[in-house]
Amino acid sequence: MFRFIFGRLAVLIPTFLGVSLIAFSFIRLLPGDPVMLMSGERVMSPERHTELMHQLGLDRPMYIQYFDYLGGLLTGDFGSSIVTKRPVLDDFVNLFPATLELSLCAIIVAIALGIPAGVLAAVKRGTWLDQSLMGVALVGYSMPIFWWGLLLIIFFSGYLGWTPVSGRISLMYFFPQVTGFMLIDSLISGQAGAFKSALSYLILPTVVLATIPLAVIARQTRSAMLEVLGEDYVRTARAKGLSPFRVIGVHALRNAMIPVITTIGLQVGVLLAGAILTETIFSWPGIGKWMVDSVFKRDYAVVQGGLMLIAAVIMIVNLVVDLLYGWVNPRIRH
Amino acid sequence: MSAVPTTTEVKTGGKPPSGLSEFWFYFSRNKGAVIGLVFFVIILFVAVFAPFVAPHAPSSQNRELLLLPPVFQEGGMWGHILGTDAVGRDILSRLIYGARFSLFIGLVVVTLSVVSGVLIGLIAGYFRGKVDTFIMRIMDIILAFPSLLLALVLVAVLGPGLLNAMIAISLVNQPHFVRLTRAAVMTEKTKDYVVGSQVAGAGTLRLMFLTILPNCLAPLIVQATLAFSAAILDAAALGFLGMGAQPPTPEWGTMLAEAREFIQRAWWVVTFPGLAILITVLAINLMGDGLRDALDPKLKRS
Repeated sequence: MFRFIFGRLAVLIPTFLGVSLIAFSFIRLLPGDPVMLMSGERVMSPERHTELMHQLGLDRPMYIQYFDYLGGLLTGDFGSSIVTKRPVLDDFVNLFPATLELSLCAIIVAIALGIPAGVLAAVKRGTWLDQSLMGVALVGYSMPIFWWGLLLIIFFSGYLGWTPVSGRISLMYFFPQVTGFMLIDSLISGQAGAFKSALSYLILPTVVLATIPLAVIARQTRSAMLEVLGEDYVRTARAKGLSPFRVIGVHALRNAMIPVITTIGLQVGVLLAGAILTETIFSWPGIGKWMVDSVFKRDYAVVQGGLMLIAAVIMIVNLVVDLLYGWVNPRIRH
Repeated sequence: MSAVPTTTEVKTGGKPPSGLSEFWFYFSRNKGAVIGLVFFVIILFVAVFAPFVAPHAPSSQNRELLLLPPVFQEGGMWGHILGTDAVGRDILSRLIYGARFSLFIGLVVVTLSVVSGVLIGLIAGYFRGKVDTFIMRIMDIILAFPSLLLALVLVAVLGPGLLNAMIAISLVNQPHFVRLTRAAVMTEKTKDYVVGSQVAGAGTLRLMFLTILPNCLAPLIVQATLAFSAAILDAAALGFLGMGAQPPTPEWGTMLAEAREFIQRAWWVVTFPGLAILITVLAINLMGDGLRDALDPKLKRS
């Protein structure tokens, strides 16, 4: 097991270096240099320009600058915003809980609905139930989620007036951030109606973000179940006279879950990509909206740092999924 | 998706079915795939003959008819079946011209990412060793970013626009083809027929492109269909975020972005472009499922 863990970590190091190299060179691929980007529209004298370049260490050789950048990353220095001057890491830490809360809710919904739907479709294979479930799953899989979000806003917020259009919680409520998760913090605060308000803001973004993972999980569960249901041990279990519920729920589902867990792990990247669109539509104050806003504000220091941090999160999650997978399924370790 | 296998008649004395007819046999058994194909052909026809099909020019503005509702709603007109947008352009005509953009984007992205991805994957899988490690590490790096975020940042660097959006989407799509080709090449390379032709004196290039590659095509074709629909979605998403095609281009995602502010008072401006994206992507994905049933022997009849 230790060799397995070390092997995975060893692969991670070159990937991390490569990702940092991309984040580092990205800002240098832009027309102009960082000093000109920082000064924006203002005119700058050549002397001042040279001075600033020297101050920021930008007149040194490229590889020294890169090692400097790398050293900064390892000590938690991800640069500072050109616009607000705040450290990128601080903003990330402040905004990440919002994205995490939304993503966790979305993946929980996707798993809670996707796996039963997939199992049901596999067990009732070929019936109208299977066909309609898989039809809906394919529609979900093909959904342009930015449009789906707008439709839900038109119907539930505009026409029915049930849910708010944007934000995380009503401005009526104010309480200290303990966990950064609105649902939990609102409960801790003990204010009447705060939890309900937070929930009403969360519902539509969750539905939108869960749509594609839900469809993928349902499709994957169905095909994994179909494969397992044809195996000898399932037939044996049936022949022993076990109840169909036990055969499907215990014997088949457990083994069918292995590829499904991999699929769920792969949804992390999908969720973060989806968060970019979902957060933009619902003005959800998370890292997806933060990145899009920074791209438009041309705050390239934030884009650079954010890119690095998001890639780091994905790499860590993938590592954890890999290790969990190796732990669950010993065959993969070798 | 496929129905329960029916017993097939055993033909005696006839010629064995050709590859194409066997393909069609499996493909057409998947009803969804045939429906997808029909829709796709319609969309393709409309896109190719857009100037003849569309009732109006995509950019012609009728200042007297701003935000006209669709014909089936009160106040609608037959001249503008799906209504008009905020500057009086006919939505149906813009959607018809938009089909050109979406299909073109899909085609270019798939071609770029398949050609480069297959070539790189073939090299990695055939030569193995250090080349392989190097290539796969680079692919890991690309895959470490959420695809849409990487595409968004790339377009921000290259400058917003349709061409740059296509390049960015191709780049983030390409690692899937590299991985798939590499895996297929590695399995095929050890098989007897490859070793046989190697012994018979076939050169490296011949082995790579003529012996091995044709036997790796099935999963690649299925992946290419998925990439086609994913490219349409990604390009629309970039257009929606304002980083893809720029207004007044009648690209569906860009149309949605322009329509966002009218969300409360003119539902049709928002609804129809998205519906066009959904139908096109769904049709292609339905075809993809059928292709998988027909081409991938491992998944056949599952």
